Amino acid sequence: MTSMNTPVPVPNRNLSGLMDRLFGWSALGAVILTLSMLTGILFSLFVGAWPAISQYGLGFLTRSVWDPVQNEFGGLVMIYGTLITSIIALLIAVPVSFGIALFLTELSPAWLKRPLGIAIELLAAIPSIVYGMWGLLIFSPILSTYVQLPLQHLFGGVPFIGALFAGPPVGIGILAAGIILAIMIIPFIASVMRDVFEVTPPLLKESAYGLGSTTWEVVYQVVLPYTKAGVVGGIMLGLGRALGETMAVTFVIGNMNQLNSISVFEPANSITSALANEFAEASNGLHQASLIYLGLVLFFITFVVLSLSKLLLAQMRKNEGTKS
Amino acid sequence: MMDERQRKYAKRNLVNKVAIALSMSAMAFGLVWLIWILWETIILGVGGLTLSTFTQMTPAPNDDGGLANAIYGSFVMVGLATVIGTPIGIMAGIYLAEYSPHSRLSNVTRFVNEILLSAPSIVIGLFVYTLVVARFNTFSGWAGVMALALIVIPVVIRTSENMLLLVPAGLREAAYALGTPKWKVIMSITLKAARSGVVTGILLAVARISGETAPLLFTALNNQFWASSLSGPVASLPVTIFKFAMSPYQNWQQLAWAGVFLITMAVLGLNILARVLTRQKH
Repeated sequence: MTSMNTPVPVPNRNLSGLMDRLFGWSALGAVILTLSMLTGILFSLFVGAWPAISQYGLGFLTRSVWDPVQNEFGGLVMIYGTLITSIIALLIAVPVSFGIALFLTELSPAWLKRPLGIAIELLAAIPSIVYGMWGLLIFSPILSTYVQLPLQHLFGGVPFIGALFAGPPVGIGILAAGIILAIMIIPFIASVMRDVFEVTPPLLKESAYGLGSTTWEVVYQVVLPYTKAGVVGGIMLGLGRALGETMAVTFVIGNMNQLNSISVFEPANSITSALANEFAEASNGLHQASLIYLGLVLFFITFVVLSLSKLLLAQMRKNEGTKS
Repeated sequence: MMDERQRKYAKRNLVNKVAIALSMSAMAFGLVWLIWILWETIILGVGGLTLSTFTQMTPAPNDDGGLANAIYGSFVMVGLATVIGTPIGIMAGIYLAEYSPHSRLSNVTRFVNEILLSAPSIVIGLFVYTLVVARFNTFSGWAGVMALALIVIPVVIRTSENMLLLVPAGLREAAYALGTPKWKVIMSITLKAARSGVVTGILLAVARISGETAPLLFTALNNQFWASSLSGPVASLPVTIFKFAMSPYQNWQQLAWAGVFLITMAVLGLNILARVLTRQKH
């Protein structure tokens, strides 16, 4: 800011107009670049996957062969692995995240809220390769010794349940991947839940407390219904994360293309781990195209899940204030 | 009658107590993993760390060596990706916050950006592979830089938009009233006022890409030696850790732990720094 009494020389109108336009254009350009990223990803994956798409069509999704030697490919094993590990992750992560959000919004003393919140968010900051290595070398052996072996002893003879826990006692496999994914998505789900719980109007909560409700009743019967859309949005966000997570899963899932057993301790494969392990070495042609096809399927699924999450959270925000 | 009520009350109380106990154990459950992972990382990482970790190249199996080339590769690729991705992200954030916050284009961009933020990073790697690696027929550091830059952009867009929106409108109006052209208002008033928030976004983006492995697997690939140029394969810390940790060799695994320690400390440090920066603001 120049001093008030000296008149500022009028800047060259044309030059500054040009600068203005250039600046506006480059801002618009950056936006268009971002948009073209999404279309570019879809387009390039589609083109890359075309040989496999034209060969197998949608039947690719239900074929369970994966044989690079015979040049026969199908995605069922990996798609199953991706879905089942993500479902296990959600089964663990959703209740835990709910508990954490409940603690942070209703129970925690004020001075602990911020540090505990940050600690949970730091779980999301840890790179997935760290989870992977820790999962493979530290967690899997413990899982095998203290969970898998006892379960096998207990249910070894029982027909259906026994098969669920069969498998070599190494700890890696579907369950290990699911548990590690759960730890990785807890911070995402928990922080969304905490944020939406916090926007519940205090008046609503106080009225319920005033009528003599317990903390649990307030959360379960007032806060949760009020924030339903946001909670589901947060869960979807976590699911989107779990589906696309690569390194942690690659380390612990065991990378075996099999679908013969329903055991959660059996090594399996997921879309992301198949890509991580095979893509760089895949020969050009059908093998590579099939892997890109898998990538396209993954991108499509996560796209749908994340869109849903975003829409639900937007709806939550829109409704804010109208219900109170 | 009285009995009935008391029993009901006792039951509600019990349910509440159980819920509170479960909630506390969920909190503890979350913290236990954080502490356990950090503990193992520190113990095993510091054990594997020596001076030669920083000065020597990645070794052959059962040989002495360090991670110098991988650390260097990570630094160069993360640095370049940040330099390339940040301006694009900030400009797009400026468009969303300053030019047309409510237009359809902006709404679509925000939506797409949220998707890109959480999209699987391995898909970004596939995209850059088909775009760059397949075309030039060689894995290259530049492809790795591009993949990482594509991850930086959405993170920076979101934080810069949010931070620019926090700048009070009066500040802009005062500047316009003085006859300042729009680009100058943005550059020297609003962006400056939102500086610490924007920097936070950049730090978070750097933290995010420092640990990214998946997008580098088939773009920058790996390199056992010092990469003198980015037009060939370049080693990076995460990809080297992946290779070493999955191997059966004792010395490779030890180096992998050292690498994991370095990455974790860097990423957590950046995250905490970013939080401290935003805290000062409010």
